[in-house]
Amino acid sequence: MKYYDKLIFELSHPGRTGYSLPSAQQYPVATIPANLLRESKLELPEVSEVDVVRHYTNLSQMNFGVDTGFYPLGSCTMKYNPKINEEIANHPGFAGLHPLQPAETVKGAQEVIDGLDASLAAITGMKHFTFLPCAGAHGELTGLMLMREYHMARGDSARVKVIVPDSAHGTNPASAAVCGLQIVEVKSGADGLVDVESLKPLLGPDVAGIMMTNPNTLGLFERQIGEIAKLVHECGGLLYYDGANMNPLLGKVRPGDMGFDIMHLNLHKTFSTPHGGGGPGSGPVGVGERVLPYLRIPKTSGFHGNFGVMLRAYAYILMLGKQNVKMAGPFATLSANYIKESLKDCYKLPIPTVCKHEFVFDGLINDGAREGKAGATTLDVAKRLLDYGFHAPTIYFPLLFHQALMIEPTETESLETLDEFIAVMKKIAAEAAEDPDILHGAPHNAPIGRPDETAAARNPILKA
Amino acid sequence: MAGFAYFPHTEDDIRIMLERIGVRSLDDLYSDVPADFIYNKEYELPDALSEQEVRNFFDELGKKNTQLKVFVGQGAYDHYVPSVIPYITSRSEFLTAYTPYQCEISQGTLRYIFEWQSMVCRLTGMDVSNASMYDGPSAAAEALRMAVACTRKRNKVVVSTKLMQNVLDVVKTYLKYPDIEVVYAWDVLEELGPDVAGVIVPSICRHGVIQDLSGVADAVHAAGALLIEYCDPSALAVLKTPAEWGADIAVGDGQSLGIPLCYGGPYVGFLACKSEYMRKLPGRIVGQATDSDGKRCFVLTLQAREQHIRREKATSNICSNQSLMALWVTVYLSLMGPEGLRKVNELSCAGAHYLYDELLKTGRFEEAFPGRPFLKEFCLKPLVPVEKLQQKLLDAGFFAALELDGYVTFCVTEKRTKEEIDALVAAVKEVAL
Repeated sequence: MKYYDKLIFELSHPGRTGYSLPSAQQYPVATIPANLLRESKLELPEVSEVDVVRHYTNLSQMNFGVDTGFYPLGSCTMKYNPKINEEIANHPGFAGLHPLQPAETVKGAQEVIDGLDASLAAITGMKHFTFLPCAGAHGELTGLMLMREYHMARGDSARVKVIVPDSAHGTNPASAAVCGLQIVEVKSGADGLVDVESLKPLLGPDVAGIMMTNPNTLGLFERQIGEIAKLVHECGGLLYYDGANMNPLLGKVRPGDMGFDIMHLNLHKTFSTPHGGGGPGSGPVGVGERVLPYLRIPKTSGFHGNFGVMLRAYAYILMLGKQNVKMAGPFATLSANYIKESLKDCYKLPIPTVCKHEFVFDGLINDGAREGKAGATTLDVAKRLLDYGFHAPTIYFPLLFHQALMIEPTETESLETLDEFIAVMKKIAAEAAEDPDILHGAPHNAPIGRPDETAAARNPILKA
Repeated sequence: MAGFAYFPHTEDDIRIMLERIGVRSLDDLYSDVPADFIYNKEYELPDALSEQEVRNFFDELGKKNTQLKVFVGQGAYDHYVPSVIPYITSRSEFLTAYTPYQCEISQGTLRYIFEWQSMVCRLTGMDVSNASMYDGPSAAAEALRMAVACTRKRNKVVVSTKLMQNVLDVVKTYLKYPDIEVVYAWDVLEELGPDVAGVIVPSICRHGVIQDLSGVADAVHAAGALLIEYCDPSALAVLKTPAEWGADIAVGDGQSLGIPLCYGGPYVGFLACKSEYMRKLPGRIVGQATDSDGKRCFVLTLQAREQHIRREKATSNICSNQSLMALWVTVYLSLMGPEGLRKVNELSCAGAHYLYDELLKTGRFEEAFPGRPFLKEFCLKPLVPVEKLQQKLLDAGFFAALELDGYVTFCVTEKRTKEEIDALVAAVKEVAL
């Protein structure tokens, strides 16, 4: 990757144009009253088409994607994004459809929605899905609205608390707050799992439900889920499943069977649609019998959700079919356990049991700290990985471990790739033990070095 | 099992990996899952298809849709999409990257988001923009929540019923559950009071009329509330900006800036505000920084607002947004420049007025809002049965005359030719008076 310093505005040259529009005035000019017109000059770049193409091509070359290399970012499921999905998403039979067209003119689009709905229901054990949510957190919010609708319909208006494990993704409590719910945190035990004894006293007539991620953010299956579901249902609450970590269960375990009433899936994680540098995703919400009557009530986006993302996910499911789906979760789990077992002599493994799609190290066993020299941290390990051509794992999350390094390889990586990653992680551990300064200065060969983020936040420059 | 293109595992690979882990089978990796929860049945999914079969499958589904000439807007506009945009946005370095957490190898994403923020500010006249929202309607809802957070001890918002229906629907949904009182009003100024935190109005109403917002900001500010303006960003090349009207927050949908209709999504919302409200913004924000060698670079900044740090105290729950669609818009605006975007509006506006006049000449409509200014979208009062009109237009290959509040609505973009407009008018003339 080479450093490229321009912003598009800096290429601007007055009088230059990059557009092509019909020039002939076919109709009389229409006028708009002057008091409604823009007063200030519109300062957009004035550049030619080739300027635009070169500029954004240069920008792209400072970016690392799944197609560039291994991307073991925990909880993000950076699996390979099949190219047929892109072809289908741009299919001319769908691209020009207006969202308000009459039903009889969009039968093909409706079949996509219905087919995807049926497929996701089969995979998760839920009854039906709504596709309005555009991302995982948007799905959480929609799902919690459904939880409230369920209770309100029963006249059970006192249920304003939602229980969230301390290991949960930050979006869980944030979504609950946006939905007007109070958050009650339940602690994890030493085994990294929700402690049922800690949960029991929290349950009561004011509980709307519990949000669970299973496997949780430590990559551990919440094996007490059957008991938890029973207790929460007995107290009148509902169970919400955060589908961010669904990948290891794909083809193996169905959230509906575990007792979950509401769930979201991240089509941009489990169902192979690309993340696009932070969206567009899709966070469809599925419900079981109890919540089904309310599924169409929350209208959380303007039309039918991110339809283009749904096309991609449906294409992926059709490629998987009932034969290949059964191997997706197991292969993802195999890869994660293989890395974990291969590196546990160099990195602290706080919970040594079998993991699912991801696991968490708590920093280096030997960080190289010595008299007058600080040891290498998780941040340093992450930055050094960039030098060796890998994306870094998720770092400093979950908050349960101070030096958390969360690794998720997915099922699409070959043994050779995993072995290369393992070799590099061992090499970095050896470098840290020898001289942590090698890591402190990393990355050494990325387009930029480490930025001064504190200064950037203190005096924000947010536009050109 | 037969090989599958997305799974690289050979029998040997699996054996080697299981040995390293110290288990005998893949099933052993699920020993922590209670047996009751293991799904041993066959999944009710179709048989796996080959790539060619998937192609054929979607070709067939595509044929079940009717390709129409679109003469309706209502929040989704059939503007021309330059070929450069999909070419750039399909570059896999952009497409297959995650949120730019590792800034050293994400400068491409961070730079275009910074450019997007800059362009949103230049279009709206606002000081600060975030990195994008899911769509316009959800951005409107978040802006109202933001107004409550920005004002003290005020818990009521006033929503103009002149907003488009999908904006009203989403706002209503978002504000139903938290403790925020919502008042809907055609004339928002009548509802101002000491408990009002924010007021949202459109710059172009649901019937297409360009709003004269003179005095609105003054009245809203005098009552101690924030003014939020919902706008079509494409139209801001010619229409008075939210800043010029005195708004505090500007929101809307970027779809009109080079994003295909695609049955309603993915689109991209924007949310920009005056600098004093910067720390209440939802979502990602990219800022300029300097690296260890003194080079200019870009990072995610002001993260102390966000869910991964603040959890339930965050300004919003938004995490993934619509980053790649922000790139669509950024590339579009780079290509169009100020002149191109102005021409898009002139062509659309002239076409819409031509259609308006020609439709009135058919004798099958009356003016709905005589003398009121419009840009590319307008309403007429039908004098013929709406169902017959719509069917005739559909049969002729047009999506037009959507029913709205007792009127029918039309929209013309620069993509519509005079021939298409004339053909639409000819079809209207076939509807018996």
